[in-house]
Amino acid sequence: MTEKKMKNPLSLQIDPALFETASEEEKAQQVTMRESVSFMRDAMRRLRKNRIAMISLWVILLVALIAFIVPTFYPYTYTKQDVTAQNLGPFQYSAKEQMKIDKGMSVFPHIMGTDNLGRDYAIRVIYGTRISLLVGIFSALIVIVIGIIYGSISGYFGGRVDMVMMRIVDIIYSLPDVLIVILLSVAIKDWVSTSQNALIARLGAGMVSIFIVFGLLYWVSMARQVRGQILSIKKQEYVLASRAIGATPARIIRKHMIPNCVSVIIIIAAMQIPSAIFTESFLSFLGLGVSVPMPSLGSLASDARTALRSYPYQLIFPALSIFLIVLSFNLLGNGLRDAFDPKLRN
Amino acid sequence: MEEIKKGFTPDPDCLVQVRNLKMFFPITTGFLKTTMLKAVNDVSFDIRRGETLGLVGESGCGKTTVGRTLLQLYKPTDGEIWFDGRKIDNKEALKNFRRRAQMVFQDPYSSLNPRMTVGDIVAEPIDVHHLCANKTERENRIRELMTLVGLNTEHATRYAHEFSGGQRQRIGIARALASKPEFIVCDEPVSALDVSIQAQVINMLEDLQSRLSLTYLFIAHDISVVKHISNRIAVMYLGRMMELASANELTKHPLHPYTVSLMSAVPVPDPKVSRNQHRIVLEGDVPSPLKVPSGCPFRPRCSRATAACAEACPAMREVSPGHFAACHNL
Repeated sequence: MTEKKMKNPLSLQIDPALFETASEEEKAQQVTMRESVSFMRDAMRRLRKNRIAMISLWVILLVALIAFIVPTFYPYTYTKQDVTAQNLGPFQYSAKEQMKIDKGMSVFPHIMGTDNLGRDYAIRVIYGTRISLLVGIFSALIVIVIGIIYGSISGYFGGRVDMVMMRIVDIIYSLPDVLIVILLSVAIKDWVSTSQNALIARLGAGMVSIFIVFGLLYWVSMARQVRGQILSIKKQEYVLASRAIGATPARIIRKHMIPNCVSVIIIIAAMQIPSAIFTESFLSFLGLGVSVPMPSLGSLASDARTALRSYPYQLIFPALSIFLIVLSFNLLGNGLRDAFDPKLRN
Repeated sequence: MEEIKKGFTPDPDCLVQVRNLKMFFPITTGFLKTTMLKAVNDVSFDIRRGETLGLVGESGCGKTTVGRTLLQLYKPTDGEIWFDGRKIDNKEALKNFRRRAQMVFQDPYSSLNPRMTVGDIVAEPIDVHHLCANKTERENRIRELMTLVGLNTEHATRYAHEFSGGQRQRIGIARALASKPEFIVCDEPVSALDVSIQAQVINMLEDLQSRLSLTYLFIAHDISVVKHISNRIAVMYLGRMMELASANELTKHPLHPYTVSLMSAVPVPDPKVSRNQHRIVLEGDVPSPLKVPSGCPFRPRCSRATAACAEACPAMREVSPGHFAACHNL
């Protein structure tokens, strides 16, 4: 063997002398750390891709912004009556206001007209929307808090505890909510009218009983779903591992079980909001909701019914508002479900 | 074993001593009818400090239940567990025991919470037992543990699903080591892994044992793996212990008819030896643990069974020094 062997031109043998070792700096350039993907981030990425859900989210944000910011600077209030400006159409002015305009003073237009007592309709619809959103968010909060605590305790401890707790849920599930709202609002009428708390007095017996009913009845479906999730998570080995370490049940529920139920919780909460808004509008329409002069989308629609032929816009505006809110929340809920649980889609 | 039960004095050489452990599960077998599933029935053994006790047997024989009951993950139906000279029977002893005894699980996929970062998983024993005074100390300990099991410390912020099976099992081992335990129950830690990864993990467990002076209870169904890592091996069948001897003795000179047939089924990587080997094929299937045969549970499948075997269950006795077996016919 000679030192310099003729290399076959077709040989793929590589001459190591042609190479030089990489410097530390060059090595460092090759090391690329992939960004860590958490479950939440992954779900949010899927949600952002869903155009319908994103449009719904923006609509909800816009409506919420209008409902909470516009009343702070709007020149009319929902209680101020003007007998000279009854049942005006959108952008119409009363004779008195027309005189002011003729004199060169500026008058803020009634964007949605006025109602039969001469109150500006736009601000009343905005207040009604505000009530609806508050009801939706409040009921979702109640559902989340009670549903998670109840469902996780029932699922974690199982056995007899689970059986008793789930039978209670079954009983609550079978109670008719509308009937209970009616009964409650009659029962607590006196208490509410003499209440020292200004907020309770202003909301009225109907509204307070709606909230109580949400608190009493609406958490059951969340509790059932969370229990179901916990039952399946309980069998996972990481829960056993945590017990072997010596973690308390509270820690296991908090650190291992609830984070793994998050998708179900978010989906149910998002679905709960529109159904609560709808229930409130429906009860207000029947005259069980907010007390006058506080408007709600349901009570506005109910009042508009009497003069439907002459002033149809008085029904259209609150109806449109309910439609927009409920539809957006429903579509967002669907989007969240798809994002958090891609397997459920089909 | 009866005389031991009364006035039991713990052996200072032994870290773990199990006496007459029984674990029965009630199973609903019909309308309002429950039958006791005797997963572990009257099992006693000692684990000496620093040794590895292998526990082998077919699936469903109660190996995993022994490990889990030993760690008080199930409340034993009967029996005593002594750890480091103390009986585990009150809350105080249990809390101390939980820190000093840990477990490595079989399935590296379901044993790590998918919503927690690797750092948090590894630090869970630290958080539960408040072992670190502040955040920096905790971070340092996580880094130390991850280095100990051969993981990249920069991966502490990642989630478990971003790792391979072998890496995930290393995370599980790091978690078990976090509270500086003396005793670790390894419940089939390698059976879910590839053979090449199995060797790595086994070698790592051996290395950690010598570095941290750990004591293992190594549960597996693969006898060649158990033989490699264990000092002594115990054989279980239908919830009862059949034979207990040093790893060498048990594999070379098995005494109990069940162990003999079990050893004959172990594949030998030498075709010449393998050809001359006599494979004992047992007749029938393992009986349902709900209907354990009377007397010796192995009786219906045993070639040496006699009338006496159906009468009483044989107790473990020392056949030769250090070699225990439960059989009437030895």
